[in-house]
Amino acid sequence: MKKQRSESREHIKRSLWQQNRFLILRRLTQVFFLGLFLAGPWAGIWLVKGTLSGSLTLDILPLTDPFLLLQTMLTGHWPELTGLLGGVIVVLAYMVLGGRLYCSWVCPMNIVTDAAGWLHRKLDLKKGWQPKRQTRLYMLVTVMLLAMGTGSLAYELVNPVTMLHRGLVFGMGFVWGVVVIVFLFDTFVSRHGWCGHLCPMGAFYGLLNHKSLLRVSASNREACDDCMDCFEVCPENHVISPALRGKGEQTPLILSRDCTDCGRCIDVCDLNVFEFTHRFNTKINHHNENEPGRVDPVTSFAKGAQQ
Amino acid sequence: MSDLKKSGLISVKRRQFLGDVARIACGCAVTATFLTVYQVQVKAMPPDAIRPPGALPEEDFLAACIRCGLCVRDCPYDTLKLADLGDGGPATGTPYFIARDVPCEMCEDIPCIEACPTGALDHSLKQIDKADMGVAVLIDQEHCLNYLGLRCDVCYRVCPVIDEAIKLVMTPNTRTGSHAVFAPTVYADACTGCGKCEKACVLPEPAIKVLPTRLARVKGAEHYRLGWEEKAKAGNALVPGLIDLPDRMPEDASSVPDFKPLFNPGKGKP
Repeated sequence: MKKQRSESREHIKRSLWQQNRFLILRRLTQVFFLGLFLAGPWAGIWLVKGTLSGSLTLDILPLTDPFLLLQTMLTGHWPELTGLLGGVIVVLAYMVLGGRLYCSWVCPMNIVTDAAGWLHRKLDLKKGWQPKRQTRLYMLVTVMLLAMGTGSLAYELVNPVTMLHRGLVFGMGFVWGVVVIVFLFDTFVSRHGWCGHLCPMGAFYGLLNHKSLLRVSASNREACDDCMDCFEVCPENHVISPALRGKGEQTPLILSRDCTDCGRCIDVCDLNVFEFTHRFNTKINHHNENEPGRVDPVTSFAKGAQQ
Repeated sequence: MSDLKKSGLISVKRRQFLGDVARIACGCAVTATFLTVYQVQVKAMPPDAIRPPGALPEEDFLAACIRCGLCVRDCPYDTLKLADLGDGGPATGTPYFIARDVPCEMCEDIPCIEACPTGALDHSLKQIDKADMGVAVLIDQEHCLNYLGLRCDVCYRVCPVIDEAIKLVMTPNTRTGSHAVFAPTVYADACTGCGKCEKACVLPEPAIKVLPTRLARVKGAEHYRLGWEEKAKAGNALVPGLIDLPDRMPEDASSVPDFKPLFNPGKGKP
């Protein structure tokens, strides 16, 4: 892909840390959460018991996956108070912070699909099969209808996300096979296919993402020179345009519920266009002419004509 | 069709939208069909897999259990484990145990039920003696040492509900003609299905096994009245004035040397 970069960019030197801070922080967070669950079985330090589906922290804090809890309730079973309480805590936390934080900061499958995404870019492969983004919402509805219709947690028989986490904490069995399938699917069949198009669990957490506080803002969008680095790396790149290409005082916030708050766009942007902020901060940094930035085709044409 | 198009009733956009929805719906329908069939299949538990105490009936259990593994973590004897994908066991990720490996030790405080956040293990079960994980069945009398006339008694001795769930019922040893067989006999109402008998059986393969209740027990015939019970309920003979005629004995019985009748009809009558 041809990239348009402003020439004055060459003097910009960013450290490896700056180029990868949120990626590194995300990996550390993912490993931290996994470590909490593994410290018990591996080292006998029982801070957290259970799995992401349902857990008990420090023998006091119950957490339950609301995606599973909802299915259970749709089968007609009313869960115990601990389970309900755990579900409410998780829902509230993600609604306030950002629903799809689960996807990019907690979910163990994210490491797999990110790796697939990386390989996909390295091999410069075609996008492949790209089902509509809303397919996952239909999948979510299907999963819920299945729970209602069959009276059992049918999707849990194949849910790669809970399966992988349970496998890591309790023993993998054939779960490696499922992981390999998701990896190959995302690499060779469909770019960002699983997390970006199909996973009903991600769709569910996306629904909690409507009004959450943490948002990425393209507050410095006037500095953008259309290099497309962010679009290339973003697993949900349709969320960027409204914020980045907004005109005038249109909000620079990425408000789409599909944004996973992974912060990779902040990492890869040499021109510091993006930043993490809260949803009420609609500030736009107005551009100074002398700094590198978007090459306006009209002015650049005019400049060329003058010379 | 073309008229509709001209009139703008079916725009290109709408056609595209409907096409997309149809494709997605088709994919979802395939997924749903596969999962519907699959979830029916996993309901058939392998007969040696036993659910933890207080587990709801299998159908309800698969609706309520979120596969979190908290019951496994709180089991002090490492009895419980989660089913692995593809090992032919119960539904993936659900808790179970194999009695011959590690039986349930029947903790009095039932920590596994306590740990369950959804009630897939029924929190109303407070006494472990009332648990109904399955029923022990003496499955092979021909190899059971007690049935062979020996005094193994191991299953009887280890039973946590000794003399209620397993009793030794004395019967004549027909092989020797002069000894007794102490037959281990399971009384299903008292048996919790903990599997300690199955674990303890000294044979290479257990002669006594815990089976799911649906396999081990049948429903009694409700239409069939048991005369002696009805009589006890009524407090007297159901048919008044019934004459009990004396049983006929061989006429020359007294002439046979050492003849002892197997039973004496005169005795044991109320």
